[in-house]
Amino acid sequence: MLHALTLLLVYQLVGEVIAQFFALPVPGPVIGMALLFATLAVRGAVSDELRGTANGLLQHLSLLFVPAGTGVMLHFSRLADEWLALLASLLVSTTVTIAVSALLLRALMRRGGADAGGEP
Amino acid sequence: MTPVTPRLGEIWVYLSASPLLGLTLTLLAYQAAYWLHRSCNGHPAANPVLISVLVLVGILWVTGTPYRTYFEGAQFVHFLLGPATVALAIPLYAQFARLKRLALPLLLTLVAGSVTAALSAVAVAAAFGASTVTQMSLAPKSVTTPIAMGIAERIGGLPSLTAVLVITTGILGAIGARYVYRLLAVKDEAVRGFALGIASHGIGTARAFQESEQAGAFAALAMGLNGLATALLVPLLVPWLS
Repeated sequence: MLHALTLLLVYQLVGEVIAQFFALPVPGPVIGMALLFATLAVRGAVSDELRGTANGLLQHLSLLFVPAGTGVMLHFSRLADEWLALLASLLVSTTVTIAVSALLLRALMRRGGADAGGEP
Repeated sequence: MTPVTPRLGEIWVYLSASPLLGLTLTLLAYQAAYWLHRSCNGHPAANPVLISVLVLVGILWVTGTPYRTYFEGAQFVHFLLGPATVALAIPLYAQFARLKRLALPLLLTLVAGSVTAALSAVAVAAAFGASTVTQMSLAPKSVTTPIAMGIAERIGGLPSLTAVLVITTGILGAIGARYVYRLLAVKDEAVRGFALGIASHGIGTARAFQESEQAGAFAALAMGLNGLATALLVPLLVPWLS
């Protein structure tokens, strides 16, 4: 677990350094994720230790959002002023995004004759 | 006889200045919320993040504790978002074979979905007269919190406001997707999962896993890919948005 956690932090650190050095618009941890994905794709396997640690971190991913979410208390006045714009934006955007993505993917898969990737 | 209340007051003064209280409160609130979520059979409206945040805001407000003081303790949990984002590479890698097979349809859908999410959010907010800071905080709202906060910071939004909008988006998508799918007669599990993962990140993914294993796997894939796509696309769209 210690080894896997160190590995994740090293990839994050490398990601941060790359993001800062090249002044990239992408957050460091995302670059770290892409680098780790590339490493796994090249090596062709994930160690049990890494898989276990990743599962441990991701199992309660929701918990990690709580401190940031509690920051809502800093924005009460903005929310009071702009709640209608925010609510309308989130409702419309979420619905439209789901609809556009679902319709497009369905059309593309039918056209390509591709299966959904389930068991044969 | 020493009165009890002043003594408690001293303990409170001591504890409220220490990171232990913020950290412990976060974990306790989440455990309670998680228990409540499971008691409601995992109903999407009983979202653990939403409940935890409501409980914590209530406690902080009643005790008059500033967010900054709370965050000194909660930052240890918050910090783990970085390594957790890196760890998303592992479930993503697990879908590598399917990813290659459906690469082109998934990629096109991903780009269209990512751009739709950002543009529609900003356009509707602008139409309602929201400020530029609010619009920039809305743009990355469909991707998982650590990535969305990073993007918001880069494009001139408020990361902590974005976090709130991301969580709200997740809850809305998790509740609303089934009605959209019913209306459009979308039945394929892969499509249902992928579209929900694009629009509503991890909270949508958790919901998709309740529907089926296949929907969940495609939602996880969409969430990971959309984090990357939005991080690349939204900063490029910004000059065009404002």
